[in-house]
Amino acid sequence: MIFSIAVLITVVAFVLLILVKGQAKGSIALGVVLINAGLSSWIAFRTLYGDPFELSFYGGLVFGEIPIRVDSLSGWFLLMMNLTMVTGIVYGIRYMTPYNDQSSNITLHYTSYILNHIAMIGIYTLQNSLAFLCVWELMAISAFLMVIFEHSKMETLKAGINYLVQSHLCIVFLTFGFIWVSANTGSYDFKAISTYSASVIPALSFLLFGCFFIAFAFKAGFVPFHTWLPYAHPAAPAHVSGIMSGVIIKLGIFGMFRMLLLIKENHLLIGYVILIISLITGVYGVMLAIIQHNLKKLLAYHSIENIGIIGIGIGLGAIGLGLNKPYLVFTGFAGALLHTFNHSLFKSLLFYGAGTVYQATHTMNIEKLGGLIKKMPQTTTLFLIASLAISGLPPLNGFISEFFIYSGLFNGIRSDQLTHTVVIITALFSLSIIGGLAMLCFTKAFSVVFLGTERHPFHQKIHEAELFELFPKYIVAICIVAIGVFPQLFISTVAKPVSLFYSGSTFKPIQQEFIDVAQMVSLAAWGLILLSLLVLGIKKITTSARNITTAPTWACGYTVPTPRLQYTANSFVRSFRKLIRPLLIMNKKEEVIYGVFPDTIHSETHPYDKIEALLIDKPIKGIRRFMGRFKLVQNGSVQYYISYGVGFIFMTITVPFLVTVVRYVIHLLKQIGV
Amino acid sequence: MSLIGLVLIITTSFFFSGIVIRTKSILSGRKGPGMLQPLKDIWRLFRKGAVYSKTSSFVFRIAPSIYFSTVVMAIFLIPFDSFPGILSFRGDFVFFAYVLALGKFFMIISAMDTGSSFEGMGASREALYSMLAEPAFFILMGSFALLTGHTSFFEIFNNLRFGSYISYALGTLATFVLIIIAMIENSRMPVDDPKTHLELTMIHEVMILDNSGFDLGLILYTTNLKFAMYGALIANFHIPYGLALHYSMAVFMGIQILFAISVGIIESFMARFRMNHNPQFIFTLSSISILIFLGVLLMLGRIA
Repeated sequence: MIFSIAVLITVVAFVLLILVKGQAKGSIALGVVLINAGLSSWIAFRTLYGDPFELSFYGGLVFGEIPIRVDSLSGWFLLMMNLTMVTGIVYGIRYMTPYNDQSSNITLHYTSYILNHIAMIGIYTLQNSLAFLCVWELMAISAFLMVIFEHSKMETLKAGINYLVQSHLCIVFLTFGFIWVSANTGSYDFKAISTYSASVIPALSFLLFGCFFIAFAFKAGFVPFHTWLPYAHPAAPAHVSGIMSGVIIKLGIFGMFRMLLLIKENHLLIGYVILIISLITGVYGVMLAIIQHNLKKLLAYHSIENIGIIGIGIGLGAIGLGLNKPYLVFTGFAGALLHTFNHSLFKSLLFYGAGTVYQATHTMNIEKLGGLIKKMPQTTTLFLIASLAISGLPPLNGFISEFFIYSGLFNGIRSDQLTHTVVIITALFSLSIIGGLAMLCFTKAFSVVFLGTERHPFHQKIHEAELFELFPKYIVAICIVAIGVFPQLFISTVAKPVSLFYSGSTFKPIQQEFIDVAQMVSLAAWGLILLSLLVLGIKKITTSARNITTAPTWACGYTVPTPRLQYTANSFVRSFRKLIRPLLIMNKKEEVIYGVFPDTIHSETHPYDKIEALLIDKPIKGIRRFMGRFKLVQNGSVQYYISYGVGFIFMTITVPFLVTVVRYVIHLLKQIGV
Repeated sequence: MSLIGLVLIITTSFFFSGIVIRTKSILSGRKGPGMLQPLKDIWRLFRKGAVYSKTSSFVFRIAPSIYFSTVVMAIFLIPFDSFPGILSFRGDFVFFAYVLALGKFFMIISAMDTGSSFEGMGASREALYSMLAEPAFFILMGSFALLTGHTSFFEIFNNLRFGSYISYALGTLATFVLIIIAMIENSRMPVDDPKTHLELTMIHEVMILDNSGFDLGLILYTTNLKFAMYGALIANFHIPYGLALHYSMAVFMGIQILFAISVGIIESFMARFRMNHNPQFIFTLSSISILIFLGVLLMLGRIA
């Protein structure tokens, strides 16, 4: 019943979207997203605080029975996704206003947005592999259409196609995995994956998991499958980047959780593999994030880092499953799930902030920005909150999820196996490095974009975003702070999906313990906030009678400082860049200074991804060279092409004929032999 | 009872830099200022007005207060002898490290807020060095979590028993690591020279060039608090188990004074490293922490 209503409303909305004009399109899209989000959230709530939801319908001869199962894992992801999709569309309507004259483009955009939302609901709920592939494809295509909104720009189109190709690589692996299972069991139901993996030797089921892992790693952006991400995110409109980074890449995380639930073999090995890949992902992502000049690209690399942190949690949980240590399972998986949610919050907020900056200044090059805090104080404050949260600092939500993972690591360090201990200490090392690097990255991004004075004069007047545009950001910011200061309220909810991994009430004592700890963390967070307010109050009282003046910044005696004298983002991270030089490719263009009175010279530096150069560019070059040898076939003259066609037709006739002839001859020979 | 530790740390913070300065002046044969001079300076600053840069925003005005609060919050977590800190929970040292990072985050962005290239330079260095020092602390705590099987400051310190030779070696190494972390976090020699007069070679001093009045006083006092905090951590390593309260208090104060004197000695006899050598030096700390980790593995008999 619910589904028919949702489908009906959506179809009507598509028609309406074409008919109405301008601003009304946005309102329709908002309405439909709200309705779909409301309906799916209602189911999600019911499963999180009650019983799992199960329904099955007949999908015709091809699909067979399509089961819709919503367990608490799907519920958690559904709620997370709905929140960001709703804030995304509310923000997006405002963001899209300047483009309202491109009527058909806007219609296509909103249609893809709604389709994308529905496809994701499908991904979280459908458990028939064929139907799953269909909605997955729908999601990939609609996301592609959203990314290439500004398709008149060559770069956007390139990024979009890059994304499209890589998301289909992901689909290749998915299809392969699903066909593998259904060929052996004859069923498209997800349950078949479970039964099949239990029935074969561990090596095979590990391969099966590996196949799914690679597929989902493409989507989630694990290194080395991450290369599409830093292109697609900056190219898309801000709210699309927000939902891509916030929820679309989380589909990969969901997939991993789902597969861990279904494939119950080799958990220890799988855990180690995921953990190690995630460590590399986390460190590599943030390392490259630091040296980016494009704000959105920086945020995109940061998504890779956060996927790494989530992966560390998943790996830890899987190791816990393998070693039968419920504590590790709980901290790892709960940390990963919570971080998935947290990341969707602060990353969408950061992208919305970046979008507002872009609309005001028309640039994403952070070296050209600066001093925005005075022109857009609210946007700045919201961006600051998100920056603190993404750096994992208390009293905000990023800290809570990282705290879970840290607790798991510190607890899991005690083991009889040396390898285990060594792996865990490596994870601790990397996680703390990631934390430090994230701080370096966001002090740079925040301060260069918003603080100081503007580095380049802007031609247009810059002003604060309208309230309607700020409203969704405030909602997200409130969620960020709420999780940070009242973590205890969220633990029992996040414990629901985790409890799918262990039957019975194994987690009850651990959950209780964590609620107690979270109580203390909450106390500490409040203590910190109150203490800061107290100190600020004391300062206000003591200095109220004193003489407070303003003056230019102290420039060590230099009296005519210009904005150009400010520290740039590039110089802020220079010493770091020198440290990690062996891991980077920096493309530099420098001109030499000539003469006594030199002309203006320019120098440019562009960081490039070494893994991309090695794993994507080099093979593509090789393939191109190989394919180049067949160029003579494609020579452009029609006569040749017609002859190819004739040749093909000729072959289709002669080959079967020849086969028959050969068969006949063999038959004859056999008769002679007998 | 948890308040005893807090009171002790705050008391220490009052005379800590006095002792350092005194040691330095005695060693260099100067008369030097009195023990309480730094405190008097801070007190004077508290009662002064302030000059704010035109470029700066509210970030610059709230940063020192938040910085101070984070350090106080971190101190709340530190146990003393057999009393847990005011707040004590599993994984509290993670909160400890991250709450200090929050303070640093605000100091860095407040330095960038002034738009001064000098302060940007200091901010950049501070961000890099604190990032490099972070793993050492986590590996250190991880090793002790492995050794004791507990994951909070209080439980770890209460279950840490020194007995064998390896454990003494570990204790020494851990103390060394903590001292160096304290020196880095407080921007002292050999990483940074608080007495240098050239802005180009400063880290912490150059970040606060534009702070004045109450804010500057707060920042200077916070530095003292931070020293006392790390001193308390070191002292917790060494206070023997089951000592009567008045003895353990005496031992605590003794260790803090020793720590202050050794800071003075280090600063008198060492020159500051070249800036580009600092990262290597700081990163070496992590390898010492790994040495501690290996020592713990030896003690537990995991590796022969």
